[in-house]
Amino acid sequence: MTVLLEVTNLRTEFSARAGLVRAVDGVSLQISRGECLGVVGESGSGKSVTFSSIMGLVRPPGRVTQGTIFFDGRDLRGMSPEEMRGVRGRDIAMTMQDALTALNPALTIGEQLAEVLVAHDETLPTGRAARRVAIKDRCVEMLGLVGIPSPDSRLRQYPHEFSGGMRQRIMIAIALACRPKLLIADEPTTALDVTIQAQVLELISDIRARMGMAVALITHDLGVVAEHCDRVMVMYAGQVVEEGPTEDVIGHPRHPYTRGLLASIPRPAMRGQPLTPIKGQVPNLMGLAPQCRFHSRCPLAEPSCLVEVPMLSAGPGRRARCLRLEETV
Amino acid sequence: MSLLQVTNLSKQYEGRLSLAQRLTGGRKTVVRAVSDVSLHVNKGEVLGLIGESGCGKSTLGRAILRLHEPTEGKVEFDGTDVTALSPPALKAIRRRMQIIFQDPYASLNPRRTVAEIVGLPLALHGIASGEEARAITTQVLKRVGLQPDQIDRYPHQFSGGQRQRIGIARALVSNPEFIVCDEPVSALDVSIQAQIIALLLELKQELGLTYLFISHDISVIGYLSDRVAVMYLGEIVETGPVASVLDNPRHPYTQSLLSAVPEIGAKRAKGRVRLQGDLPSPLNPPSGCKFHTRCPLAIPICQTLVPLTQAVGAEHHAACHRLHEGLNLLEGAQ
Repeated sequence: MTVLLEVTNLRTEFSARAGLVRAVDGVSLQISRGECLGVVGESGSGKSVTFSSIMGLVRPPGRVTQGTIFFDGRDLRGMSPEEMRGVRGRDIAMTMQDALTALNPALTIGEQLAEVLVAHDETLPTGRAARRVAIKDRCVEMLGLVGIPSPDSRLRQYPHEFSGGMRQRIMIAIALACRPKLLIADEPTTALDVTIQAQVLELISDIRARMGMAVALITHDLGVVAEHCDRVMVMYAGQVVEEGPTEDVIGHPRHPYTRGLLASIPRPAMRGQPLTPIKGQVPNLMGLAPQCRFHSRCPLAEPSCLVEVPMLSAGPGRRARCLRLEETV
Repeated sequence: MSLLQVTNLSKQYEGRLSLAQRLTGGRKTVVRAVSDVSLHVNKGEVLGLIGESGCGKSTLGRAILRLHEPTEGKVEFDGTDVTALSPPALKAIRRRMQIIFQDPYASLNPRRTVAEIVGLPLALHGIASGEEARAITTQVLKRVGLQPDQIDRYPHQFSGGQRQRIGIARALVSNPEFIVCDEPVSALDVSIQAQIIALLLELKQELGLTYLFISHDISVIGYLSDRVAVMYLGEIVETGPVASVLDNPRHPYTQSLLSAVPEIGAKRAKGRVRLQGDLPSPLNPPSGCKFHTRCPLAIPICQTLVPLTQAVGAEHHAACHRLHEGLNLLEGAQ
């Protein structure tokens, strides 16, 4: 598999009145063509900001201050805003967590789908009438693809006329309109019920297989990652702390944070046994010293952990940011 | 012995009519959020109430406490008919029945300090005031894992997990016997969620509490409940001991709900059922069995006849026309 997206040492900072917040600090990642990468972390771990940075969607006071982003051989950070606009929507598309606020309530679904095609699709015919027909056909096709019944008539409806699961499907349809090479799905099912969540995730997996598209699935649910992703990357306090093939990472986590996260999930099989929560809270990202960010909550921490920790090899295709890896073999 | 007994409880909400609708003799729209629900909670146990959004589980929790007045049916708490109580008597019994809310951001008054929020039940029930109230409040806050020096802070100075601890302290301060936990961990991150679940279980042990634990998360319910009730569109479709319902679900809705949960670890042993479509609108619920529009096992009778609740095992009940056939969607699936 060839590499589609390669990010190296990305840093995104937000300047707040009280000081500088490094929301993303030294994140490196790779996504191959057709691959599904799961990005897991709790709120504030920097998973959404990482991908907003890649999309060039970070607005002041936020700023990408360091790192390289190569997509399909092109340097995204070196691009002008116009060039970047050509990449967004056409080559990389992103769906947002909350479909109700991401969709425009004043435009019909058809208008919002057509907008993407008009902006990006050069294959549309130039004649006015032919163009309109072609756009309509593509819209109907896309809604059909994401499983919306009678797409023809539903094109004229507004977002509020759809249920939560249907709105998420519509956002996926808009993201897929130009057949992107990479779909970034930011918490696509967090707002949905479990039976609807299963439908939407299956839809994404299915389309990914059919279109050969790569997917970055951002989620806080390790169960979702376990079932849908080839590889997983775990983030904590703005850094990647562990990455590797999903089965290996979830079956045998090496970083104490990943281990803690897995031990925190209540499972019916563990009835009667005490849960082992991770103690304490995520550190404040403002003015963090260059040292292991998990040490204050880590059961394995020692004074020698108070140094900057790089990503270290943790087995074939796996890396983790921890100095005590030999204790978690 | 059951501490709480709910019998045929219903809660309907009526829509308002516009002037034009009234003049043309329009009918009021009625939403039956909770429809003819019976259940009991034994002393010292956790009853897990599970269902998807809009199924009426929160309304049921609130109707039990009469935070929303039930339309029909009876709620008995420790032998007292709560539904028949006069306002002063209701207030007195509410000291013993408390609630923890889902959203730790919306359920705490931003203009009150923690001391005021947690101390309010003490004043309302005339338990303590002044220095004594402050001492009790401090003690409860310590018990739920907050620092005594945080007592004069405002809710916005706390994280989500800490706020939920404040909500728990408020519910505990009047020394209740029964607590409705309405999705208390749904808004929290996994690592914080585990802290709060552990705290709730410790408190239950220590103080001999009884919980009605409402959640949409089957893993959470399966981990901490003794018995489970599964709700769909205002009705309870299956209830029983947790092991029995999770290992041997008998209602097709429970079976598909369980199979929709993504699993960590070992590959899924059984097949998977995909429910088609969305939850129907409770404004216009399907006839007969309310699940028939999405049920892979539906037969003609399901469209017309409401299924009766039948025993399918020790204390295990379900309401489905095809129970006697012993079908399991999970085994039939690929």
